[in-house]
Amino acid sequence: MALISKKDAALIKDPFLDNNPITIQVLGICSALAITAELKASIVMSVSVLFVLGLGNVVISLMRNIIPSKIRIIVQLIVVATLVIIVDLVLKAFAYELSKTLSVFVGLIITNCIIMGRFEAFALGNGPWRSFLDGIGNAVGYAVILIAVGFFRELLGSGTLLGFKVLGDPIEKTGLYAIGYENNGFMLLSPMALIVVGIIIWIQRTKNTSLIEEN
Amino acid sequence: MSKKTDSNGYTMIFAVVMVLVVGSLLAFMASSLKPNIKENQRIEKQQNILYAMGVNENDESSANFVSTSIAGEEFKKYIKKQLVIEGDQITESEDAYLIDIKKQQANAKNGKTRKLPLFVGEKDGRTFYVAPIYGKGLWDAIWGYVSMDENMVVQGAYFDHKGETPGLGANIKQRYFMDDFYGEHLLTEAGVFKGITVAKGNNDPKNDDKTDYEVDAIAGATITGDGVSAMIKSDLSLYVPYFKTLKP
Repeated sequence: MALISKKDAALIKDPFLDNNPITIQVLGICSALAITAELKASIVMSVSVLFVLGLGNVVISLMRNIIPSKIRIIVQLIVVATLVIIVDLVLKAFAYELSKTLSVFVGLIITNCIIMGRFEAFALGNGPWRSFLDGIGNAVGYAVILIAVGFFRELLGSGTLLGFKVLGDPIEKTGLYAIGYENNGFMLLSPMALIVVGIIIWIQRTKNTSLIEEN
Repeated sequence: MSKKTDSNGYTMIFAVVMVLVVGSLLAFMASSLKPNIKENQRIEKQQNILYAMGVNENDESSANFVSTSIAGEEFKKYIKKQLVIEGDQITESEDAYLIDIKKQQANAKNGKTRKLPLFVGEKDGRTFYVAPIYGKGLWDAIWGYVSMDENMVVQGAYFDHKGETPGLGANIKQRYFMDDFYGEHLLTEAGVFKGITVAKGNNDPKNDDKTDYEVDAIAGATITGDGVSAMIKSDLSLYVPYFKTLKP
């Protein structure tokens, strides 16, 4: 028996493309706007969400038969908040440098609607292994968009990638800047993240017309 | 058919048990890890102060502290005196670097005297005066350490923040921003405190002009930048009387 059956493989593949949490379900937009001014921040956020969503989905899935349905949202919120705070405390005690990098993201992870969305829509009704795969799949789908947006915003806004001056130095006027190219400061502001996400959605729906809703 | 998990009684009991379990788990984690976290924060303060006076392991582009294992020794080696300025009184204290600036600012607001810590360091035969600053950014607290020479010319700065936007305001702790402060004057030639403003469009992107009382702002981080200007003005101006006493 294969480790991952065909049905399970779809759990990972679907959110990557045709059921992407950001471009199709339009979840997790808030963090996509907030932290994508730089590629590095996008990557850190992606890895954190991958971790929390994978683990959180398993925990909720294990608890799915004992959670009272009336207060399930609160229970989900408590589970994710507890997980994130414990991780943050442990990092602060044993990997202080890393925790400094992550500090800003802690609050953003807890309130990320993809996490609540997957708990509610999937983990409450499925077993731990499938929930884990679903969590990883959605987190990767989220990561791809986040990193793409971060890539374009940092490249066009600051002329750098991961802090490296790939387009030359804007102050010394080298590279592209020598022929009059200018950074677009507007790319650094949140509205541009929305526009970049919009362009990605447009491209995706042009490629796959079955995604377009009938009116 | 209603499940047993739908009943009110079950829901109540579940909620109570969950809160108790999660609450005690978090309380246990927090209190058992507290000594480690405190120790990390203490070392970080020493590293920050050393960083501001140029004792660090910076490479080409990134900011690096001296390693945590030697921070204590290095701190003893370079920091010659830790002063606490309280009105006219100046005392020396081994633990001046642990003074909570936020608390002192609150004290000053309530009419009490504010304790001003100042760290006197020596490196390569030169004397550095390192002062802590504390203020507000866009979302949360920002703070830092500024080292100066006896004429209040900045010799180095370190800034940090609690929750500024990644990629924008959070970049105040990047080298390209902090390094701009080096050599900037805080006093006018007449000796009046002017501070340093994080300014937009100051036409000096290479920061060659060190007496314009301005450094280049970060795009998209206006409010964080204003916070930096404000904390420099409000906190460093308090040290002017001390620096006046250094002059013959």
